[in-house]
Amino acid sequence: MTFAVVVFPGSNCDHDAYYAVDHVLGQKARFVWHKDTSLGAADVVILPGGFSHGDYLRTGAIARFSPIMPAVQEFAAAGRPVLGICNGFQILTECGLLPGAMLRNRDLKFHCELVNVRVERTDTPFTGLCTAGQVLRLPIAHGEGNYYAPPETMDALEASGRVVFRYSTAAGEISEGANPNGALHNIAGICNEGRNVVGLMPHPERACESAVGSADGLVLLESVTGALAHQGALQAVAR
Amino acid sequence: MTIDSAVLERHGIKPDEYERILGLLGREPNLTELGLFSVMWSEHCSYKSSRVHLKTLPTDGPRVLQGPGENAGAVDIGDGLAAVFKIESHNHPSFIEPYQGAATGVGGIIRDIFTMGARPIALLDALRFGTLDDARSRRILQGVVAGIGGYGNSIGIPTVGGDVMFDESYSGNPLVNVFCLGLAKADALVKGRASGIGNPIYYVGAKTGRDGIHGATMASAEFDDQLSEKRPAVQVGDPFMEKLLLEACLEVMATDACVGVQDMGAAGLTCATSETGSRGAVGIEIDVAKVPQRETGMTPYEIMLSESQERMLLIVKRGREAEVEQIFEKWDLHAVEIGHVTAGELLTIKHNGVVVAQVPNRALTDEAPVYRRPFAPPAGRDILQQIPVSDLKPAPVATEAFMTLLGSPTVASKRWIYHQYDHMVRTNTIAPAGAGAGVVRVKGTTRALAMSVDGNGRFVWLDPRQGAQLALAEAARNVACAGGVPIGATNCLNFGNPERPEIMWQFAEAVAGLGEACRALGIPITGGNVSLYNETDGRAILPTPVIGVVGLIEDASRTVSRSFPAAGLDLVLLGENHGELGGSEYLKIVHGLIRGVPPRLDLSVEAALQRLVPSLVAAGLIRTAHDCAEGGLAVTLAECAFDSGGIGATIEVPSAASDGGVDRLAATLFGESASRVLVSVEPSQTAAVLSAAGQAGVPASVIGRTGGSSIRIDVDHQVAIDCSVAEAEKQWGTSLAGKLAGRAA
Repeated sequence: MTFAVVVFPGSNCDHDAYYAVDHVLGQKARFVWHKDTSLGAADVVILPGGFSHGDYLRTGAIARFSPIMPAVQEFAAAGRPVLGICNGFQILTECGLLPGAMLRNRDLKFHCELVNVRVERTDTPFTGLCTAGQVLRLPIAHGEGNYYAPPETMDALEASGRVVFRYSTAAGEISEGANPNGALHNIAGICNEGRNVVGLMPHPERACESAVGSADGLVLLESVTGALAHQGALQAVAR
Repeated sequence: MTIDSAVLERHGIKPDEYERILGLLGREPNLTELGLFSVMWSEHCSYKSSRVHLKTLPTDGPRVLQGPGENAGAVDIGDGLAAVFKIESHNHPSFIEPYQGAATGVGGIIRDIFTMGARPIALLDALRFGTLDDARSRRILQGVVAGIGGYGNSIGIPTVGGDVMFDESYSGNPLVNVFCLGLAKADALVKGRASGIGNPIYYVGAKTGRDGIHGATMASAEFDDQLSEKRPAVQVGDPFMEKLLLEACLEVMATDACVGVQDMGAAGLTCATSETGSRGAVGIEIDVAKVPQRETGMTPYEIMLSESQERMLLIVKRGREAEVEQIFEKWDLHAVEIGHVTAGELLTIKHNGVVVAQVPNRALTDEAPVYRRPFAPPAGRDILQQIPVSDLKPAPVATEAFMTLLGSPTVASKRWIYHQYDHMVRTNTIAPAGAGAGVVRVKGTTRALAMSVDGNGRFVWLDPRQGAQLALAEAARNVACAGGVPIGATNCLNFGNPERPEIMWQFAEAVAGLGEACRALGIPITGGNVSLYNETDGRAILPTPVIGVVGLIEDASRTVSRSFPAAGLDLVLLGENHGELGGSEYLKIVHGLIRGVPPRLDLSVEAALQRLVPSLVAAGLIRTAHDCAEGGLAVTLAECAFDSGGIGATIEVPSAASDGGVDRLAATLFGESASRVLVSVEPSQTAAVLSAAGQAGVPASVIGRTGGSSIRIDVDHQVAIDCSVAEAEKQWGTSLAGKLAGRAA
């Protein structure tokens, strides 16, 4: 199984994603340069964290114009799994694959810490091995992760069960105190209508080994590996 | 323009230095040439006051691959890898413009590391500010922290540790010392030297503007009330540009198409050309008209002296140009050929083909003046070194002093600061944030590196020789507590005006002390930085040598930290409590005094301790280890209880006081005796730990046990402190944020 990790100028968690896939998960990882126009062989696409183009304008605002993005759009439109982490999530909202936008954190400060994130939905390729309501310990590292969308979008997101992750207490309670950045409805991550495109602010790829503080993020990568293997098996049976 | 005394003064060149220039050139310099001398002969670039002393430091060792003289030092860490590291100051710019001053300080040291062909993997910062009841100090701290985060977070290098202290003396002159460590192949270190006559010289990165002209000269002068006029000499950082430069340069260096690389930091293009030329004993010729410029009408003088950030100079092998240009093109960076290496040893600066300056490279570098500045101890030292026992106000009860200390910004949790730094990016950080040394694993090996930056200015003020030794010992001890064997150090020596004999004495004594400690502990200094003239309106900072130590952990899975993991562990104190209050946080915070003699340091005991602790960690005999520093044993114990989920401890110690007549209880609880480490041990292993300590010649005693929900300390069988962990942790954890919000804690 091959994970394509797209490298934008200013990406800085590209190596983290690569390492998590290649070294911890034991699958194949490939870097894809943003100036390329084809993803090449890929079963999963990861848009990694970082500060693409310096994020001087609006986070992710310039990266959406990268030559690789039409290929990412096509991949997503075909129903194949795309994961946007942190800056990758911001790029997904900028390019329209996911709704909403990220405001600056409520206290206007960058936050780097381990937080609790409750899994709301297990019907995405990245959460299939989670249990609903499971609380993951994941790091955040962002200055602009305060999720915002207009009320009608929020209603639609909630009604269609597209909020995938919420900031919570360790016990899984959703509270203002557990919300590190002021995101509406404590949103840490969402998916598209097809449920194959998932974006989240926390960094699961940085939480794949207990040596670095938490291994709770690995389940996202294992889930998508499992989902694809399952799909492959079904296709084989059908043939 | 003729060169008269007013022109010389504006360039910071003394009359006798001008005579030296005349002698070296055999003629009068033109203004551009004078500009080159002024920046290269500034204290910041030439180390003219410090060089004779720095030469006495031990710089060699079995692991040293690169000592001082290059962009950074390097030590062998096995597996064919080198740890490349250095610390550098950005004090003056950070006072003038805290955000950009600190940000460009981070950018500058990162460039020094990747210039050597190393990928930077960790940053640490030693910061010193005025007290937080001063609104300006709060603003400076907030700006500096935001600037460090803004640059480091964006470029994707984790800030894994640091050291923050507060004292009034830094209110007009904060210290921002940034340490960076990178990894390189040991046999592929890139040098900042030019070679190969005819090889092209490339300029890469950001365009050159008028920012930072005479930055190096500014950093070599005291501040006065004309401060705002110096603002144009501070540069603006662009971490995105540097990220591109970093990736592109590492890609180019992997091809072996370069013979040398040098970043443009202080003194910009002047320093990069003359240093690469003089190190390689070749000439350099460039045409400044070819330098990409951000502004119109820049003169050769301005182009040569600009300190615009994020620029690099590469000496490329003739015939490999296209390959190099292609890599920079990939990263959307311009790589422009601005000149070439020549025979001889002249630096030739042309402007549209016309020679505008021509100076021997060595005249700018090796021939810079060297001063043996007079030094003398300040008057009144004997008074300074006495604690005025009879004048001390009545001591508060121990618990009250304990809580006061926990709330002191120097002691209190720095969470408000480090939570604004990405300390996890690159997924190598294996020590919790805010607890002692920073620890990063080395992927692809079983090893990890521990690093710490320390330097207590109070101790150095009271006794520079002893204080500098204590600084090295503390940094190395912190590394040892994580399980690291110290293998190299870098120093950042922050002092006042060296033209004052008492300041020069502080400097000379401190360097001598540092050298003694390095030799005794077997830790070579592989490079560093000197920052002098840290004064505002004639008031010098506490003399503050900050020492960064790097330690090697053979088994990354065996590192330990400080927070108690469980109840029921034995607490063993390695080292002895001498009850020394001289220069302590207690005297400062509770009595408002910096007096007394700093804690004594037996270097042989310290060396034994630093061998013992990593061996205990490696053998899996201890669960946690924490060095005793500011606030003494009481604060050390409390810090081990913090971030543990509320696990308390009870200890019992005999009273100790070596400073005649000083409050024995306070000295026992809060004295800052050196060479002490508090470790927690499974009771089944205690005998083994005591026996190992005995064999190592390190005094050790079981003083208590973890458990309960209080921090309790009995002295001579009487309860001295009994305080709930929750209450103490609240005070410690919220104090800094409260003080920064302008609230009294």
